[in-house]
Amino acid sequence: MILSVGDVVADHTYSLTRDSLVRYAGASGDFNAIHYRDDVAREVGLPGVLAHGMLTMGVAVQPVVDWLGDRGTITEYGVRFTRPVPVDPLEGASITVLATVGAVSDDDTARIDLTVMFNSETVLGKAQVRVAFV
Amino acid sequence: MNPDLQGRLFEPTAPYLVGREKVREFSRAVFSTNPLNFDPEAARAAGYDDVVAPPTFPVVVQEATLAQLLAEPDGGIDFSMVVHGEQRFSYTRPVVAGDELTATLAVTSIKTLGGNAMVTAESTIVDATGAHVVTATSTLVVRA
Repeated sequence: MILSVGDVVADHTYSLTRDSLVRYAGASGDFNAIHYRDDVAREVGLPGVLAHGMLTMGVAVQPVVDWLGDRGTITEYGVRFTRPVPVDPLEGASITVLATVGAVSDDDTARIDLTVMFNSETVLGKAQVRVAFV
Repeated sequence: MNPDLQGRLFEPTAPYLVGREKVREFSRAVFSTNPLNFDPEAARAAGYDDVVAPPTFPVVVQEATLAQLLAEPDGGIDFSMVVHGEQRFSYTRPVVAGDELTATLAVTSIKTLGGNAMVTAESTIVDATGAHVVTATSTLVVRA
């Protein structure tokens, strides 16, 4: 398929709530209490309950999955967790995912770069998805 | 923490049987709208035996290996001081419901920086035939 470096392939906003965190805790088996108890989060010096880093990582790749469809597969996905995502009990947390083409290779593979923002700051570093087209 | 952990290879975990409802539950939790994650017919039409798990699902299987690392008697890792620094997945193929997966942990690197330690833990996940499915690599920061 024809892709150029810099092309935007997806741009999506997700609203995380405390319910999302409880749901992810159950689905993933990660029951660290900093993801559902403010008192425990504050005890370890955090402002309050945070989203699981793996939830942010899991959500951030979804727009790429949808864009790719049956045209290819994901061969690699990696991120750095650079900033926490606090989730307010009333307001939740809104995260935006911008996916752009970072590199294209002759062998029908490409690198998609994710810019994942909360409160106008990036929360994932070097978030890259490698895809192979079929 | 104990620097001798570097290079240590752990016993394979007990097999994890990937259930269709678990895949659907995880898919809902990561806001997936991909029919391959929910509908076995759609998955079969795309050439898979059953519903396909989202890209970060292997963390569920990897978790047992990280528990091994934290429980290592001479490891000296205090779970309450551990922060997830980086995560990576390298796939040979997606995980599919019905897979019976086994993970083997290797500690590939330990670096210390200003009293903190950075541990890289690589979990190689294979199916019931022993074929590679995905390698999940975590870098954990153990705060001093």
